Amino acid sequence: MTTLAAAVRAPLTTERRPAAAATFILLGLINICIFGLLSHHGDASFDFSQPGLGVKIPVIRIPAAPTCFVLGAISIGLGVARATVPFSQRGKRLALAAVLLCLLVSVLCWADAGEIAINLINLVQGTLVTSIPLTLGALAGCLCERSGVINIAIEGQLLFGAFTAAIVASAFGGLWVGLVAGSLAGGLVGLLLAVFAITFLMDQIILGVVLNVLALGMTDYLYDRLMAQNPNYNTGSSFGAIKIPGLAQIPVIGPIFFDSNIFLYITYVAVIGIQVALFSSRWGLRVRAVGEHPTAADTVGINVLWIRYRNVILGGLIAGIGGAYLTIGSVGLFNQDISSGFGYIALAALIFGRWTPLGSVAAALLFGFCLELALVLPTVNPSVPAPIMNMAPYVATIIAVAGLVGKVRAPKADGQPYVKA
Amino acid sequence: MSDIPVDPVPAAGEPADQPTESPGPVRSRARLTGAMLVQAITQGSSAVVTILAIFLALVVGGVLIVFSDPVVSRAWSSFFAVPGYTLSQTWDAVSFAYSQMFEGAILNPSTVSAALHGGSIAAIFYPLSATCAQATPLILTGLSVAIAFRAGLFNIGAAGQWVGGAVVATWLGFGVSLPPVIHVVVCVLGAFVGGAVIGWFVGLLKARTGAHEVIVTIMLNYVMYDLLQYLLSHPAMLQQPGQTNEIAPFIANDANLSHVGGPPPQVGVGFLIAVAAALVVAWLLSRTTTGFQFRTVGASPSAARTAGIKVERSWILVMLLAGGLAGLSAATVVQGTNTQLTFNSYGTYGPDGITVALLGRAKPIGVVLAGLLFGALHVGGTYVEAATLGQVPADIVQVLEGLIVLFVAAPALIRAVFRLRGTAGTGMEAVAKGWNG
Repeated sequence: MTTLAAAVRAPLTTERRPAAAATFILLGLINICIFGLLSHHGDASFDFSQPGLGVKIPVIRIPAAPTCFVLGAISIGLGVARATVPFSQRGKRLALAAVLLCLLVSVLCWADAGEIAINLINLVQGTLVTSIPLTLGALAGCLCERSGVINIAIEGQLLFGAFTAAIVASAFGGLWVGLVAGSLAGGLVGLLLAVFAITFLMDQIILGVVLNVLALGMTDYLYDRLMAQNPNYNTGSSFGAIKIPGLAQIPVIGPIFFDSNIFLYITYVAVIGIQVALFSSRWGLRVRAVGEHPTAADTVGINVLWIRYRNVILGGLIAGIGGAYLTIGSVGLFNQDISSGFGYIALAALIFGRWTPLGSVAAALLFGFCLELALVLPTVNPSVPAPIMNMAPYVATIIAVAGLVGKVRAPKADGQPYVKA
Repeated sequence: MSDIPVDPVPAAGEPADQPTESPGPVRSRARLTGAMLVQAITQGSSAVVTILAIFLALVVGGVLIVFSDPVVSRAWSSFFAVPGYTLSQTWDAVSFAYSQMFEGAILNPSTVSAALHGGSIAAIFYPLSATCAQATPLILTGLSVAIAFRAGLFNIGAAGQWVGGAVVATWLGFGVSLPPVIHVVVCVLGAFVGGAVIGWFVGLLKARTGAHEVIVTIMLNYVMYDLLQYLLSHPAMLQQPGQTNEIAPFIANDANLSHVGGPPPQVGVGFLIAVAAALVVAWLLSRTTTGFQFRTVGASPSAARTAGIKVERSWILVMLLAGGLAGLSAATVVQGTNTQLTFNSYGTYGPDGITVALLGRAKPIGVVLAGLLFGALHVGGTYVEAATLGQVPADIVQVLEGLIVLFVAAPALIRAVFRLRGTAGTGMEAVAKGWNG
């Protein structure tokens, strides 16, 4: 078991590349040349007010253009340092976080036209909530792929979960029943994925695409047949906010993190649970062994196929909850193709996060922030065309993936069916 | 879980409950065509598996049709009281839906009898021409995905490349005035270039930085949708003046892809472009050094590199071609069937291209056949929805498409269901690869 542990602890990163330094400098130049020069002359103002916050924070005003220049200079400095001085693993991550933070503040300074202040508390709350389906989807992918089964069907799991949760909650009048049903629906897609990938040895990428097509076709069809004809099957009820006693009373932090609906709390539990289980438990060691080297795992007596079945179905159940959020957690009503590509973004978050739960969550939060920002900005600054703002998260991803992440290494046996020799 | 195939070649596994047959006597008789046919059927050659997969998908689709029909689904609730009535109702509903689909997409017998009694002969071919028109863009996006598959890349980005081609074709179509024939050619080439640039960018990022093409293409799809929306909502860009909708001006008449054969049954020049593109891709893959390099890179990048093939160059080139093919698909729609670009023009050509490529096993001729099948399903789906007054929705076609690809890609399942013995692969194995390439 010790050699196995050593094998699976191999880092999922590749060699040092100059691209990261170049990207830092590029982002710094963007801060200066685009956001700095194009921002209006005056102050950018940030509002922190929120009912029930506990403390009163004044509106913060900072000069827009000079801030962008300074932040750009910091990014360029970090880029130069990255190219010349060797960084530790921790240092690399901190530098990356700092550069992204600089970029983020520059964007905010540029976006705020000065008249209406951007409410940062709302922005953070919105980001957390928008990220829920992305986070749960990425965690589902993480569970599958760490055990060696590629999951492109996250989109289908979200969509089917969303549909089932809405229809069950409407038909039986119980949101909790809807939540369980949504989760089970995701699990059902997971079960299909498992049967075809593990038992029938089907190509997992094809399988994922096909399951997405099927989920879209089935939900479109059932929406036409059931919901469109009978509004009682799509009543649009959704969960309200639950205040966590004690924690919700903490100033600032309480209202942001502990006064939301049940899905956010489920997400907390799932993130922490999966991270701990995967990296600090015997179960997790076995899962990673199966995903890296199934033959070795089999030799020491681990049931490879059973572990894969279990993980794929468990992932489906989690993605199903993320899907349920899309209907009974937010808008309530189901619409055709309501997941609208969230599953694919979750997949990108998983790869961006290098197949680790915490990394995926960080990436999912980044996407969630960009999506939320694209929603908020047109209200603060109408001169920014909405389609261009909507583009931002995706452009950011491409820059990040090409410049900062580069070639990633998936779990070694990811996508390869296991056949006992 | 004990009946896992023990065959070392994964997708070629046979169900474990079948004994291994001795190939000797069968092989010697195989010269006779009849015996070969029987052998192909019992062993499940790839063509037979495909046909059985389509059949199985139609059976499952039949369940949905039954569910859609209130009369039949009510009959099922009293199945044990009147089983004969239930079954006949079911058969009627399902056979009516599928025969309507066939009449709408391929051949309507009533037009044949009308033609025999002095009616229009041309009307016989109307359903087929509609099928070809629907199939055209699907074949081209299918080729786009397929050629990338052959080099080991998964191009989810045909949709974004489609938009790239559509934007260029539209702009050249209404913004530039050129002599008649030259205008069409310039527009089509422009569409190719527009798509190719997007594809090339993906290949370049993969070759230079190692960015995974799946992420980059997905993200570029969204970027291109947003770009299209931006362009179509600003009159200074592509929006038709005086419009509030997201719609471009009509492209000039001499930039339209004309039809061969006159109205109404006609074959668009677009369809001919699609078939020609398939032939060129087939020639490229099987007869040229570049194609050989693509296939080698697809089979094993490290082996290709050892053999002196420039893997990165192949990635860039194949993505460029894939993007160009998706751009051509846009040309056939923007210049052919729609003559105008709207925000919804991109439809589902990109995602459908993936299923078409998979069903066609990433082979050009297979892609043409798969594109025709999906085109026929689309036409038939719309027709059956109208014929049943919306009782059988066209959405059912999407389910059918998914099921067909699902069953085709899982030959082990088809063999288990139909008790076939063969071990012949279906050519599906080498199509897609995992993240580590």
